[in-house]
Amino acid sequence: MTDMKKPVLNDMLLLFIFSAVILLMPFWLEPFGAAYPDLLQKFAIYGIFAIGFNILLGLTGYLSFGHAAFLGVGSYAAVWSFKLLTMNVLPAVLFGVLFAGALAAIIGFLSLRRSGIYFSILTLAFAQMSYNLAYSVLTPITNGETGLQLDRSDPRILDRMFSEGEPAAGLPSTDLFGVTMSGYPGFYFCAVILIVCFFISIRIFRSPFGLMLKGIKSNQNRMQYTGLNTRPYMQTAFIISGMFAGLAGSLLAVTDPLAGAERMQWTASGEVVLMTILGGVGTLIGPILGAALIKYFENIFSSFNDTVLEQAFSFLPESVLDVVVPLMGLFVGSGWQLTLGLLFMVVVIFLPGGLVEGFNRIFKFIRSGKKRKGLVEPTQDQASE
Amino acid sequence: MNDIKKPGVSRRGLLKAGAITGLVASTPSFFIKDAWAADFRNNPKNTGELKLGFNVPQSGPYADEGADELRAYKLAVQHLNGEGDGGMLNTFKPSMLTGKGVLGKKVTFATGDTQTKSDAARASAKRMIEKDGVLMVTGGSSSGVAVAVQSLCQEQGIIFMAGLTHSNDTTGKDKRRYGFRHFFNAYMSGAALAPVLNKEYGSDRRAYHLTADYTWGWTQEESIKNSTEALGWETVQTVKTPVGAGDFSQYITPVLNSGADVLILNHYGKDMINSLTQAVQFGLRDKQVNGKNFEIVVPLFSRLMAQGAGDAIKGILGTTNWNWSLQDDGSQAFVKSFGAEYGAPPSMAAQTCYAQTLLYANACEMAGTFYPPEVIKQLEGFNFDGMGNGPTFYRAEDHQCFKDVLVVRGNENPSSQFDLLKVVDVTPRAQVEYDWNIFGGSLGPYIVE
Repeated sequence: MTDMKKPVLNDMLLLFIFSAVILLMPFWLEPFGAAYPDLLQKFAIYGIFAIGFNILLGLTGYLSFGHAAFLGVGSYAAVWSFKLLTMNVLPAVLFGVLFAGALAAIIGFLSLRRSGIYFSILTLAFAQMSYNLAYSVLTPITNGETGLQLDRSDPRILDRMFSEGEPAAGLPSTDLFGVTMSGYPGFYFCAVILIVCFFISIRIFRSPFGLMLKGIKSNQNRMQYTGLNTRPYMQTAFIISGMFAGLAGSLLAVTDPLAGAERMQWTASGEVVLMTILGGVGTLIGPILGAALIKYFENIFSSFNDTVLEQAFSFLPESVLDVVVPLMGLFVGSGWQLTLGLLFMVVVIFLPGGLVEGFNRIFKFIRSGKKRKGLVEPTQDQASE
Repeated sequence: MNDIKKPGVSRRGLLKAGAITGLVASTPSFFIKDAWAADFRNNPKNTGELKLGFNVPQSGPYADEGADELRAYKLAVQHLNGEGDGGMLNTFKPSMLTGKGVLGKKVTFATGDTQTKSDAARASAKRMIEKDGVLMVTGGSSSGVAVAVQSLCQEQGIIFMAGLTHSNDTTGKDKRRYGFRHFFNAYMSGAALAPVLNKEYGSDRRAYHLTADYTWGWTQEESIKNSTEALGWETVQTVKTPVGAGDFSQYITPVLNSGADVLILNHYGKDMINSLTQAVQFGLRDKQVNGKNFEIVVPLFSRLMAQGAGDAIKGILGTTNWNWSLQDDGSQAFVKSFGAEYGAPPSMAAQTCYAQTLLYANACEMAGTFYPPEVIKQLEGFNFDGMGNGPTFYRAEDHQCFKDVLVVRGNENPSSQFDLLKVVDVTPRAQVEYDWNIFGGSLGPYIVE
């Protein structure tokens, strides 16, 4: 029992394959109708959000129901950086991460005194508080329901220092040293950050710190009986997780410089929980899968209307078509959440480990199929495991 | 451990091969895309189709309006393609629309759900622009959404024909070169409503505002406050309420003891249905304050809301952009074809969306091209008639339409389930016009990168 279960792929290979898959998304997602910059950016950004969330939920088992607050704070910080300092994205990302980290430190300090359902409720309360602050009380900073937007008359101190003459006639766009951060460049920027985040997440999972967090998950009391103070570990994990969320929030602002309070609503917090559970809690790749799946549903399924359905099922005879299209219409368009709900139920009931568990089962099934043909080898194989 | 094989070479090979095939296959399209960039975004070129993006709320507090808007858009597309009875195509003048598509291209559409949220609205607009390749985005039933989508469209170089948006900001502080609004605004509501309020309720009143907390609510409160205070009214208090609050009782209770004798509800959609119903249930309208009957005013009224609020709307005053009971040819033609298609008369949201689609199509015909800067120039300063509001003018300086404004009252004795609003007064266009400079803001450039 001394050797831990070795993963099938070693980490570097995993990272390599992951990078390739992410960077080539514009090509292989084409047949799914998802290869357009805005959705690709969302895949990458919510992937980061879910990775960060998984560091908390997957490693420590603490279910935070208020992660959207950090996402929102990251967005607001980034937009303010665009308004006050410069349209360059690096300071925006930096401030987004820092402010989210600071908020996470405060909320974490207060919430981590409790565990289980009490922790969830506390984080939910803090997030809802932040939402209401952003929505009404802090309107001068957040612009309330209308959302914080750029304006031509913003100061942008750094930009003004380096550029001479009149500002351009239109609104400036976000850039990275001259490269405009919308469309595909924006996606590649987010994708590279996602890969870096994925790498960080692997390192955390494999580190002694990660093991300590896993220890907390399996039995926090026992950890404490050994004389170890678990609070600092929890606090650190919470802050890291909050910073990931802030990073995702600032990237949302980078690709589209607008921040609205609805990003902080409890539904947004719930969404990241769904993403992580759907993909597979505590797995490296699961949260990203879940994030992509949910964003795909939200953007593609919601856009199907009856005309699209009629085209898709045009091979059916007229009479069948009249029944099928209205029936299917319930599950697409504005009913996309119904489909998502059903899928979520199926996953939770039959694959508690999320989609990753599903893939593992398929993978094992294929391998065992191969072995049945080989006959001799598999018995040894069984014994050695 | 020797039993763990390296993942088969075949898989890696497959990945590699797949990646290379993908790259090679998409290379031509990649270069062609760049070649088109010098042109304009989503140029339909040789395809026989013109695609429009209908971005309406299908969920959230304004979903009823969104559903009706979508019906109107579909009807407009039918009429543009020469299907159905042609609707306002027959009454709209001057018009170059023939009912054979636009510039020889068949009109098609993509739809999106704004969820009445700025974020979601921008995401679905982006999807339609980037994936579906729409040439024009239209819709929205909230000014917050309209302002957000309008600025996105400016960045993307896509024309935005605003649907139902009533905030002064849409064509004021936040106006954009690529955004156009046919609907009226809060300033016009105030200007039209004030004389009627003066006549009905006198010049010595104390008003209490409940206001939806976003751009539309803020500007409507400001406009109504300004025009009622000009009458000599006093504003007791203004309270902001969150959008989609559902329960307004905590905001209505303080009104009872505030000494106010008029409650002004700057709410819309389901919010207005809830707040008005609750205000009536609390007995506000049966009260006597300062020796006068307590009154409730809803500055922006729509038939869909009246339907939702039931008996509570009887006798309530407000303004509306259009009502199906109007007797001019344009309105009649539209009501007839809408009723034939969907079995109910259109709402004012439907009318403005329908008109906007026709106006855009006509501007393309007039320009002879889909190139946005040329289309914009055709719309700017365009004078037209036959769309249901009498002679109408698209002002070039702020892209706001000017037309007569209707002051309506909730019908005491409706003759049908749709006959809910009675037109009290048609305020002539001259009375609601204003100097475009008062709201600030700037349109921005014609040509965007």
